[in-house]
Amino acid sequence: MSGFTPFAAAAGGVLIGLAAALLWLGIGRIAGISGILGGLATAGRGDRAWRTAFLIGLMAAPVLYALTMGVPARSGLTPSPWRLILGGLLVGVGTRLGGGCTSGHGVCGLARFSRRSLAATLTFMVTAMATVFLLRHALGG
Amino acid sequence: MKRFVFALGAGLLFGLGLTMSAMISPAKVLGFLDVAKIRAGTWDPSLALVMATAIPTAWLGVALAGRRARPLADDAFHGPTARRVDRRLLAGAALFGIGWGLVGYCPGPALAVLALGLVDPDGRVETWMFVAAMAAGMAGFSLWNRLPTRPRN
Repeated sequence: MSGFTPFAAAAGGVLIGLAAALLWLGIGRIAGISGILGGLATAGRGDRAWRTAFLIGLMAAPVLYALTMGVPARSGLTPSPWRLILGGLLVGVGTRLGGGCTSGHGVCGLARFSRRSLAATLTFMVTAMATVFLLRHALGG
Repeated sequence: MKRFVFALGAGLLFGLGLTMSAMISPAKVLGFLDVAKIRAGTWDPSLALVMATAIPTAWLGVALAGRRARPLADDAFHGPTARRVDRRLLAGAALFGIGWGLVGYCPGPALAVLALGLVDPDGRVETWMFVAAMAAGMAGFSLWNRLPTRPRN
């Protein structure tokens, strides 16, 4: 196995789970990023406040981390504009059509034993793995 | 005000979890999605471990909430009401997976790295392109979804 970071992954996962638990227990909302972001435009005023607060926290945390612990290492972002734009469009449309993403279905939904979230998670895992396989191994790109 | 604090706290924890676990790095995510690496012995199962600790932790919150009539700072639980596995769900998840595999960003990490652009230029332009396309996709879907003649399955 290369690049496996078990401690960081396990600890980060606990924090993500805590976030989901806190949002559900505190205000009865699902911590699904695509739903929180996508619902922002159509939400009423009270609804918009908590969505904005969550997104501020989500975006402030990595910046605070970078300022105190150093900029976190990132790599592997494709420089190809067509892949970035096509990928973004598909993620935007797909998460709204399917009612969730890795957080809403993959973490919160599975924690709630939702059949829909299990079906969605298996589906997006399979199509994502197939896409990476095609790009990296079948098409050689 | 209490709702705002809960949401802000949850967002901070979520963003910190994504950052700590390195799920904001497309290489890390794609290293998990590249299952051909399993046979080569170079597969990175980190993402699976993130989910394996996140899900039971989130479940604790669900279990604690199950004993309550309402959340600590709201009138009711606002969970999803749909129960059926339908074509919309599967088609949406399939499209999302393709986009995720093309770039290695899902919505949370993309927003986190967008914010990191304030302090670090690495991948700033690329992340802006992805997030702009993602927002356009979400907005486009909302418009389409409100068309009166939308066929239901």
